[in-house]
Amino acid sequence: MSKTPHIPLQTQAMEAARGVFLWLDDRLKITNLWEHTGGHMIPKSSASWFYVFGSATLLCLMLQLVTGTLLAFVYVPSGAEAYSTLEYLTYEQPLGWFLRAMHYWGSEFMVTIMFLHMTQVFLFGAYKYPREITWISGCILMLVTLGLAFTGQVMRFDEDAYWGLGIGAAIVGRVPFIGEQLVHLMLGGPIIASETLSRFFAIHVFILPGTILALVALHLRMVLTKGINEYPKPGQVVVKETYEKEYAAIIKKEGIPFAPHGIGKDLFAASIVIGGILFCAAFFGPKGPTAPPFPANTDVVPRPDFFFMWIFAVAALMPDWMETFALLAVPPVVILVLFALPFFNGTGEKHFSRRPVAVIIVLLVYTTFGVLTYLGITSPWSPEMRAWTADITPESRVLGRSPLELQGLIVLQNKQCRNCHAIEGIGGKRGPDLADVGMRLTVPQLARQVIQGGGNMPAYGKNLSPYQVDALIAYLSSMVPPGRQPAQDSTIPSKPEPETAQLNLQ
Amino acid sequence: MEDPTNKENKPCACGSAEGSDKASRRDFLLKLGVGLNVVAGGLVAVPILGYALNSFAEKPDLQWIDLGPIDQFGEGTTRLAVYDNPLKRSWDGGTAEIPCYVRRTTGEDFTVFAINCTHLGCPVRWFEESRLFMCPCHGGAYYEDGSHASGPPPRGLYTYEHKIDTGRLLIKGGILPTLANPNV
Repeated sequence: MSKTPHIPLQTQAMEAARGVFLWLDDRLKITNLWEHTGGHMIPKSSASWFYVFGSATLLCLMLQLVTGTLLAFVYVPSGAEAYSTLEYLTYEQPLGWFLRAMHYWGSEFMVTIMFLHMTQVFLFGAYKYPREITWISGCILMLVTLGLAFTGQVMRFDEDAYWGLGIGAAIVGRVPFIGEQLVHLMLGGPIIASETLSRFFAIHVFILPGTILALVALHLRMVLTKGINEYPKPGQVVVKETYEKEYAAIIKKEGIPFAPHGIGKDLFAASIVIGGILFCAAFFGPKGPTAPPFPANTDVVPRPDFFFMWIFAVAALMPDWMETFALLAVPPVVILVLFALPFFNGTGEKHFSRRPVAVIIVLLVYTTFGVLTYLGITSPWSPEMRAWTADITPESRVLGRSPLELQGLIVLQNKQCRNCHAIEGIGGKRGPDLADVGMRLTVPQLARQVIQGGGNMPAYGKNLSPYQVDALIAYLSSMVPPGRQPAQDSTIPSKPEPETAQLNLQ
Repeated sequence: MEDPTNKENKPCACGSAEGSDKASRRDFLLKLGVGLNVVAGGLVAVPILGYALNSFAEKPDLQWIDLGPIDQFGEGTTRLAVYDNPLKRSWDGGTAEIPCYVRRTTGEDFTVFAINCTHLGCPVRWFEESRLFMCPCHGGAYYEDGSHASGPPPRGLYTYEHKIDTGRLLIKGGILPTLANPNV
C-alpha cells in the first residue's frame, strides 16, 4: 500500500468496501437472494395502482409489531393493573398516548386495507389457477388479523373489553355439549378475571403475531413461486393447460424487476398509509380506555369496536329461532366457501367486466356490512337508559292538555316508557315514536297494548294502577298531529246499523 | 426413492455386503430416532396440553357466599348486591367484584338473579319504577320475576342457588352463567 500513494483515498475506500461486500455476498449470497425476492420479475402491467393494497397491509403489520412491542414495555396484563397502566400510558408516559393512538389507528388501517386488498384480488380474479394457496393463505391471514383486532380490544381492558368478553363467552356457551367447557377454556376459568386477560395477552402478542408472520412468509412465497397476477384483460381466459406458459411469455415479453422498477407505486401508497395513520393518531388520539372494568358498575352500554359492529347488529336483528345456528354454523360455512372459491371458480374470465356475479357479490357484501355497521352504531333496538330522566318533552306536547292528560305524561315519563319510545324523535328508538300514536291506535287498542304488551313490548298491567292506565291512555290518545283525525275502530260503525243499510240501498 | 435411475438417493453407492450392512444400520437408526421422538413428543404433549386445557377439563368447586343479613333487602324490593368471587386471585382487581340482583318478595322468599342477559351476556339494569330489567345491548327486557318480557333473550334471567342461614342470605356463585351452564 505504501508503494501506491498516487491512488486517491476515496478509491481505496471504495475498493475496500467492495471487498467487504463481495466477501459478505460470497458467504450470505445476498445478490442471489435479492434476485429471487425483491428483484423478481413481474408483468409490467401489474405495477398498477390497484396492486398496492397487499404491500400496504404488510406495512401496517410491521408498524403494529413496532408500536405493539413498545406498548408492551409499559403495559401490565393483569386484571388489577392493566387499566392503570393504560391510564399511565395515555396521560403520563411521554408519547405514550401517541403510541397507543398509532397502534389503534394502525389496526383500523390494517383491517380496512386488508379488505380492500381482498376485494381487489377477488375482482381481478387473482385467486384463480394456479394461485389457490395464495388465496387460501390470504383468507387465513384475514381471520388471524380479525383475531388480532378482537384480542386487541380486550387489551384495552375497560368496561367495553370486559363485556366484550362476556358476549364472546355467551356465543361460545351456545356450542352444543361442550359449551361450558369451551367457555372455561376461553376465559381461563369459570368467570372473566385476570387469567382471562393474561390468556388474551398471550394470544395477542405471541400466538397470533407468530402465526401471522409464518402465514405472511407463505403468502409471499406463493407470490414468488406462482407470480403476481397479471393485470386482467376482458376476453383473456384462464385455461389450466396453457396458463403457466402464457404467464411465462408475459414475463419474458414485458417483465420488469419488482424492485426497483415495479415498486414505485407501492412506496407512494406506503407513505400515504403512514401519513394517514400518523394524522389520525395525532388528530383523533387513542381510543379509550372508557370506564374501568368493574362489573359491579351497571351503568354501562357495551359496544364493540368498529369492525365488529356488524356482528353486534346481526345479533340484535336475527330471529330468535335461528340465532344459535347463525352464530355458530354460518361463519364456518362462509369460511369454507372462501377457501373453496379457487377450486370451483378457478378458471375462465378474470376481468370484472365479464364477471357480473362477482361484481354483484362485492356490491351486496359491502352494502350489507355498511348497513349493518351503521345500524350497529346507531343501535335503534337498544333502550335509551337515561331517556326517562334526561329527555325533554316538546312544548307542544304539554300545552293545552287537561290535568288528566298531564298526569298521563308523568306516568309515561316515570315508567321509563321514553327509554323505548321517542316523542318527536327524542327518546329511545326501540318502539314506535309516540308523537302520532293517537292517530294510529284507538282507546281500546291503546289500553290493550299498555296492559298486555305484545309486539316486543312488555305488559305493564301489573305495574300500573287503573287510574294510571286511564291517565296514560288519555295522554296518548291526545297525541294526534294537527289537522289529522284520531284513530277510529273500523269494525264499529259511527252510525246505527239500519241507517247504514239505508245509505247503501240509496 | 423407487426411481431406479436416481442413484443419488441410495444410501450407499457400493453394492457390497458391508455397504448394505451399513445401510440397514442407518435405516434402523432412522426408525429408532423417529420412534424415540414420537415417544418424547408424547411425553412433552402431556404436560403442555394438561396445562393449556386445564380450564377446559376442571370443574370449579363452588362454596356458599355470604351476601349479608336478609334485613338489608326490603320486602317487595329488588336491589343490586356485590360479592367477592370466591375463586378470585390477588391480581384480579375490580373484576373479582361480581354483581347480582337480589329480589325479596315477602318473608324469606328470595330470588337472586345473575346480572348477565341470557341473550349475549350484557349487564341488565333494574328499573324500579317500571319493574323491568332492561339490557343495554340488544333491547332484551325481563319482568321483575326474571321472566322474559321482550326482545331477543331465549329465556328468563339466570338465577343463583341460594339459602338462608341464621338470618343471612347465602348464594353459590363464581361462574359466568351462559346458556350452556345456566345454574350459577
